Amino acid sequence: MPQKDAIVIKNLKKSYGKTEVLKGVNLRVPRGSMVALLGPNGAGKTTTVRILSTLLKFNSGDVKIEGHDVATEQDAVRLAIGLTGQSAAVDELLTGRENLVMMGKLYRLTTKSAKARAEELLQQFDLVDAANRPLKTYSGGMRRRLDLAVSLIATPPIIFLDEPTTGLDPRSRMAMWDIITELKKQGTTILLTTQYLEEADQLADRIVVIDGGKVIAEGTAKELKAKIGNDRLELTFATHKAFDEATKILGKTVVDSSEKDKTVTALIKDTDKDVEKVLSIIHKAKLKIEAMAIHKPTLDDVFLSVTGKTKKGAK
Amino acid sequence: MAATLEFTKRPKVISALADSLTMIKRSSTHIIRNTDQLLGTFFQPIMFLVLFTAVFAGAVGLALPPSVPYINFLMAGIIIQTVAFGSTTTAVAVCYDLKKGIIDRFRSLPMSSSAVLTGHVVSDVFRNTISTTVMLLAGLLFGFRPSASFFEWLGIAGIIVLFTLAFSWLAAIMGVLAKSVEGVQWMTFIIIFPLTFASSAFVPAESMSGWLRPFAENQPLTHIIEAIRALMIGTPVGDHVFWAVVWCVGILVVSVPIASILFRRKTTN
Repeated sequence: MPQKDAIVIKNLKKSYGKTEVLKGVNLRVPRGSMVALLGPNGAGKTTTVRILSTLLKFNSGDVKIEGHDVATEQDAVRLAIGLTGQSAAVDELLTGRENLVMMGKLYRLTTKSAKARAEELLQQFDLVDAANRPLKTYSGGMRRRLDLAVSLIATPPIIFLDEPTTGLDPRSRMAMWDIITELKKQGTTILLTTQYLEEADQLADRIVVIDGGKVIAEGTAKELKAKIGNDRLELTFATHKAFDEATKILGKTVVDSSEKDKTVTALIKDTDKDVEKVLSIIHKAKLKIEAMAIHKPTLDDVFLSVTGKTKKGAK
Repeated sequence: MAATLEFTKRPKVISALADSLTMIKRSSTHIIRNTDQLLGTFFQPIMFLVLFTAVFAGAVGLALPPSVPYINFLMAGIIIQTVAFGSTTTAVAVCYDLKKGIIDRFRSLPMSSSAVLTGHVVSDVFRNTISTTVMLLAGLLFGFRPSASFFEWLGIAGIIVLFTLAFSWLAAIMGVLAKSVEGVQWMTFIIIFPLTFASSAFVPAESMSGWLRPFAENQPLTHIIEAIRALMIGTPVGDHVFWAVVWCVGILVVSVPIASILFRRKTTN
């Protein structure tokens, strides 16, 4: 009877000397789903992925991949996973095709299978033209694509993507997102780490926010946003006098205001009706509005509110 | 997804051998692709040969029996010197692998981890075969006249291969221990330079000054060089072949497990 979760982490702890990097992480990734591990630099994302891919020993906890214990059944775990790390793990002097075939053989594929699969991946990742060139001639985006292709050479059921788009230009990032989405459609279980909230929002079924070696929030993007609450209406007034008056009239609904920018932010529950209500109040008082904006809560807000960091600190 | 993939089902030992073969192919491809290094493989031996013959022939020639031209004496020494310095390639390659992301890839694969080292060491044998052949051909051109029989040549080849393996495994240890690629070059240099020069590679050990002479006469490189020299040009063989083999095998017995253990330890933490 196969279990429902492809990855199960229970109370995982890891320290380097006296520095505790993971302070009891719990995580489940259901088979066939994509979970994003979201957090700032030094949160413990890469450490977690390295432990999952048998690259790193840990102090205590229980880590299972497809039911195999990461600490004791390394070979079984390695056959089930593919890893795409932060720095492209490819051979610079070999060509794209040679890299794929070599890794395929090391994954225990027969030479024939390794070669056939290499061709398939070169096609899929749009690297056929570059297949016979050494990797050192590849661009950053091409290198990441080949790196991901290498992780997929033996079609492992589970893929770890450790910050797969860090340092890529926007176009390469979009291309990478398309590939990842396609992988998910094919039923691969994916654990993605990222510091980009947008990336987690776009790609993942569930988001686990990690900071300081602990999981501090988790849920779907929608659930996490709901925790932060409602939309906000931001009004900028023409004069300081209007700003003062508006602050007074709107009273309790004001959640934020900036005298310098002459901006008042009001919390609105039912966006359609409440915006109208607020505007009609302002209109009646004959206050001139210079600019208006409605803010939906973003994962940024979620992240900042749960990590308790200022916007400056997090970015 | 199209093709169904076939996995090999082999006993662990056979799989480890297959991994080594895959990695030997990888490192050997590096020899051809790394053009700077390729230049070194071909021209460095010729340069040393020409330079040393020109510089030392007059002075050292006086210490040799009149029947032995300096280039005949030099050939064994310069081959071993080239091999010894060439082992730095393994050290650098191992260090480079460890510093780059590719080691994480290898570690996350169900492969034998020491195959990475085996690949670099064995490709060193290939590279040294090229270097030595180039050097022998160039030597013939400059007046080198060996007297070795076919079986003596086989013996020479055997000793050179054994020495390459021994030194490259030693170099692999340094590659694992070094903190940077620049550092590894210094580490190997500090060991290899004195060993090759304080040996009978370029001048007879008997001609060296007091404190150095006992060391130069008994250190492993001298035995290895004298063994090759004896087979090549018919100088007295003595117990040199015996000691050459003992030293090389001894180094291998110690360095292979140490390099493998250190490598595994370094890649798991």
